[in-house]
Amino acid sequence: MSDAQCRAGDRAYAIRLARPDDLPQVVRLDVEITGIEKPDYWADIFGRYSCTGDENQPRASKTRRNRFFLCAADGDKVLGFIIGEIRAWEFGSPPCGWVFAIGVDQEARSAHIAQTLFEAVCDRFRKAGVTQVRTMLARDDTLVMSFFRSQGMMAGPFIQLEKDL
Amino acid sequence: MKLQKATRCALFAVLELAADPTRQLSANEIAEKYGISTNHLAKVLRSLGRVGLVEAVRGAGGGYRFSGHARRTTLLDVIQLFETIDPIAQGEREDGDGTPEGQGLCRVLTEIEDTARATFASISLDTMLKLVSRYR
Repeated sequence: MSDAQCRAGDRAYAIRLARPDDLPQVVRLDVEITGIEKPDYWADIFGRYSCTGDENQPRASKTRRNRFFLCAADGDKVLGFIIGEIRAWEFGSPPCGWVFAIGVDQEARSAHIAQTLFEAVCDRFRKAGVTQVRTMLARDDTLVMSFFRSQGMMAGPFIQLEKDL
Repeated sequence: MKLQKATRCALFAVLELAADPTRQLSANEIAEKYGISTNHLAKVLRSLGRVGLVEAVRGAGGGYRFSGHARRTTLLDVIQLFETIDPIAQGEREDGDGTPEGQGLCRVLTEIEDTARATFASISLDTMLKLVSRYR
């Protein structure tokens, strides 16, 4: 898919694959949103999910099949990001899209950038042949949960369990 | 899970009015559509009016119209005007709560309440109207 050109008010931006040089801006956005610095995590994510080259030419590029790390960018400025992948057969679940990170610059919010990112990753999931998208988030993260709800997501057939170790 | 009658009336009224904030409807019209008591609904509408979710329009052809913010008002905001979702988490005690069995049961029920609360808190009226439109 080629970079999608979008508008948020007066601002034009593109939805494109994340590039290695986006790393500092994505890390900054994540710290602003979560308040937690995790450089090793992001270095690992960028190593496994970002890519160079044309995602339409996977054999000729380093594009990761079934892994999607997208940025909304105004020139070199990253306004937001989303990361997803296709996961299969976890406890019997047929292949489905998973979104496990999303973030938008606080100054660029309320301009449907998260929605555009979500739709872009869902388009890629569809193109890869899956028909469902899932996510998991903290129950008390009302802001992000409301966002996913507004995109039509409902509770699915799986339940998250945990115990202290 | 069941909601109390007043809560259901309130949700129906708010969703009906929020679907078109320019439209005004009488309590009678709303009550008729959902098969609920007009008297009961009138009381509920007064409660909704006190918190600014609806406003009464006086005069001929008057009624109620939505005056809230559909993207910022959640189902929980409306529900909590009429009932409490999480009596256990809020410390309401019942017989046997002090026993290990009672404590285990409270833990399970709290899990259910937390999920219900998070669900209601994450669905705005705007999102709910989109969900409703799937059934039209």
